[in-house]
Amino acid sequence: MSIKVANRAAVDRLMGGEPVLVGCVPAARALPLRGRLVLHAGPPLSWERAGATMRAAIVCAIRYEGWAKDDEAARDLLVRGEVGLEPCHHRSAVGPMTGMVTPSMPVFVVENRCHGNRAFATINEGLGRVLRFGANDDGVIERLRWLATEAGPLLDAAIRLSGGIDLRAIMAKALSMGDELHQRNVAASCLLTRILLPHLVRATSDPAALARVADFLAANDQFFLNLAMAAAKAVADPCLGIEESTMVAAMARNGTEFGIRVAGLGDHWFTAPVNLPHGLYFPGFGPDDANPDIGDSAIVETVGLGGFAMAASPAVAGFLGQGGLPEAISTTEEMAEICLGEHAHFRIPTLGDRGAPVGIDVRKIVETGIVPLINTGIAGKTPGTGQIGAGVVRAPLACFEEALEALGARVATGRG
Amino acid sequence: MTTVGDLLASEPRVINVGIESFVVELERLGVPVIHVRWSPPAGGDPRKAALLAALTDEEEPEA
Repeated sequence: MSIKVANRAAVDRLMGGEPVLVGCVPAARALPLRGRLVLHAGPPLSWERAGATMRAAIVCAIRYEGWAKDDEAARDLLVRGEVGLEPCHHRSAVGPMTGMVTPSMPVFVVENRCHGNRAFATINEGLGRVLRFGANDDGVIERLRWLATEAGPLLDAAIRLSGGIDLRAIMAKALSMGDELHQRNVAASCLLTRILLPHLVRATSDPAALARVADFLAANDQFFLNLAMAAAKAVADPCLGIEESTMVAAMARNGTEFGIRVAGLGDHWFTAPVNLPHGLYFPGFGPDDANPDIGDSAIVETVGLGGFAMAASPAVAGFLGQGGLPEAISTTEEMAEICLGEHAHFRIPTLGDRGAPVGIDVRKIVETGIVPLINTGIAGKTPGTGQIGAGVVRAPLACFEEALEALGARVATGRG
Repeated sequence: MTTVGDLLASEPRVINVGIESFVVELERLGVPVIHVRWSPPAGGDPRKAALLAALTDEEEPEA
């Protein structure tokens, strides 16, 4: 297969995936996840190399599971190797920011009906002091327990009553309603809630529980983010293993390193040190308080959303300090220079309904020096702070250069 | 056919390729200019340029 044919196959597979939300069950059962294992965002990361925010989240996740009574006991378990760490990506999962997934956490189950594979993501906890941003107080654990015992089972029942929810259709509609599906998920969250609510009502006879879940859904503009991520993961995973393809199939950050996977190079991670995001900060915070780039959410840019679809969401561009509509269009046009095609389903009204740029090509990045732009939340670098702002960040060029070397070596071997 | 004399006698119309700072100065002087963003492939790194050349899209054989 030539590179051109392989890349066409990879882009077709990425665009042709049909992600459907089919359930919400504990990670232990869905992934499955056994033993004392904590999944984190980004490429593989040891406890010793994890940054302070990631460490705070891991320790809190261990306390949540009841494996340790306090932070010190949790750290001892990690140092002794009695709690393992593994990337979400290695279990078909994705997690925003620190990306914590532990066995008792409920995860959304997204099935790619075109290829039969599944992907998973936790329920978005809401805004402010939450585990994914490294907050680690008792309130964080209390909310996680409620998600596991009440919200998760009720959402699962509603999703099953719905017969499955077509996420690609929601995402395509949301793009035409001002979302870019990373920093802005207001439209997608509303569309999903509209579908879910009748089934939620039928799924329980407890009005107080229904009210709590409805309040939770209504209060979180970013509720859909985790589903956009799981949908993106579900359509991107089948691209891994397409020989000769130079298309990026995953981008993820663990707060220490930025990692990519390439369709033609299988499961191998190519990594480089993460950059610092820049953008707008909540009152009382500034760039000196920011944690380095972190989270699996760059999987949405991998499929043509987020920064790549900035033109769909001028409001986000303004909010992130990227200017107005002209600058948003310019960002999407810049990202198109490093992509193989335009998305057949994810269309952008401000570009005359052209498709979002999709299929990031390692070769085009190295050739032009243009690196992916990622929209992102900004976590505080002091453990326990939580979210301090939102902005944009560039992927480091070095991991794409390393991937190009590997692609070149593979071609040389094949032709030799 | 345009002669050199015509060229020198007419207002300049500029296409700038590459370094963008030239555009700023021309615009300051009121000269119409179209900018084409360009840089040497892989920033001029010969090793990476060779890798890119080895990884070009091959033409597909005709059916």
